[in-house]
Amino acid sequence: MTVTEAPRPPKARRKPSTPTTSVLFDVPGPRARRRNALIGVIGTVAILAALGYVIYRFWETGQFSGTKWEIFAYKQPQITILEGYLNTLKAAGIAAVLALALGIALAAARVSDRAWLRTPAFAFVELFRAVPLLLLMFLFYYGAPTLGFRVSPLWAVVLGLTLYNGSVFAELFRAGIASVPRGQSEAAYALGLRKSQVMMSVLVPQAVRAMLPAIISQLVVLLKDTALGFLVTYDELLKQLKQLATAPDFEYPLIPLVLVGGVIYVATCLLLSWFATWVERRLARKGSHSAAPTMHGDVGQQMGGGAATI
Amino acid sequence: MPTLTDNWDLFLEAFVNTILLFVVSGLFALIVGTLLGAFRVAPVPALRWFGAGYVNLLRNTPLTLVFFFVAFGFPYLEINFSFTTFAIIALSSYTAAFVCEAVRSGINTVPAGQAEAARAVGLTFFQTLRFVILPQAFRAVVPPLASILIALLKNTTIAAGFSVAEAGSIRANLSELGYPALAGLIWVVIGFLILVLPLSAAQRNLERRWSVAR
Repeated sequence: MTVTEAPRPPKARRKPSTPTTSVLFDVPGPRARRRNALIGVIGTVAILAALGYVIYRFWETGQFSGTKWEIFAYKQPQITILEGYLNTLKAAGIAAVLALALGIALAAARVSDRAWLRTPAFAFVELFRAVPLLLLMFLFYYGAPTLGFRVSPLWAVVLGLTLYNGSVFAELFRAGIASVPRGQSEAAYALGLRKSQVMMSVLVPQAVRAMLPAIISQLVVLLKDTALGFLVTYDELLKQLKQLATAPDFEYPLIPLVLVGGVIYVATCLLLSWFATWVERRLARKGSHSAAPTMHGDVGQQMGGGAATI
Repeated sequence: MPTLTDNWDLFLEAFVNTILLFVVSGLFALIVGTLLGAFRVAPVPALRWFGAGYVNLLRNTPLTLVFFFVAFGFPYLEINFSFTTFAIIALSSYTAAFVCEAVRSGINTVPAGQAEAARAVGLTFFQTLRFVILPQAFRAVVPPLASILIALLKNTTIAAGFSVAEAGSIRANLSELGYPALAGLIWVVIGFLILVLPLSAAQRNLERRWSVAR
């Protein structure tokens, strides 16, 4: 809430200035503003003190020593980090394509008129959204050899991600189709279109538009979840960082490596998220019907590892 | 079947630890997350920025990296706790970011007109809060909070990768004893289905019933 220049009575007309505009408090009057300023100062001091303590801890335990950070100046560590990052992107890329394909197939089965297609698809989606993603990866990596075939770490990660995210995508597509106003399909049927035609030329295009932002934010989750690959020995970014952290020549630079790794992940995810917001805004401008995903979709999904419901 | 019956103790202990991790981290996440959510709608910019910074940082970091930082990094910073405590710190600080967002957007789903109307009919600030805003915000918040908690329950498995003896670690313990990995894993999966499916069914039910309200 921006503060206007002159103190105004609380009843003054106000417009929702920031998206965080809240119904919880009025436009502050002079006294409230003095109080807020005081809380602001105290809050800032407390936050700075906490951050200062963290930095002090880092400094005291020698995390800022030159030797520890020197690791980034050498070519081999740089290549190792880059390789890890590329492996992360590779797993995410393959899994994204496969999960979208699986999602489309499952969604098609779930909106089918035939119960023998609908019911198994429903069970499949429910099952794979309820099982922790890491366990799925374990099943492929450690479990499959019991049955006599080996799955490489990459494919354990990819298959786990595909099954879980495919199920989530299926629900997203289905929700998208359900969000199209009923009059649309009624009108299409009235024109004499068959069910497949109604789907393909009326419902699906609108559903995809409505769901695109949610799909992209689920892709962010998928990307984040590739980090689980570290636990099934896939050579992704985290595993490479851990390997580098054992270098005694650089005084075991785990903390610098984690910080850099965090920056890489946050930057990649933020980039994708911004893309999602951009798509959302573009779609909204074109005047489509409510393209905004529900708030549940917004928060529940982002969590990865698997929010069970959308 | 013998994989389960022979190792009943192991499974029981592991799932008890899973539930313990879930309950304790869930509690911390709810407390910290609500506090951060309050920060994000506070009239004080510094608090809002802090809340936003925390949420954006944690939400865009993989939970595995958070675990990595806490479990492997803290000892370097000479902060030493048990692995279980580390797991609780990682799980609750990560989950708190999502709780914060749920709380914030829940409060924001209440249209400003509601508060204005409440004040117009002469309710005091606390009456407005008590009778008009909080009941509506609560309804909007509970379903997403439930799905966040379900995700937390599933995410506890990651602790296994960081030396905590919970359900995700059963496989490693069993293979040391020479049992086939697949059977052990399938029992763990069934255990999780028993825990998660009723929760998500209840959550969906709640959402369906409450979404009619507005």
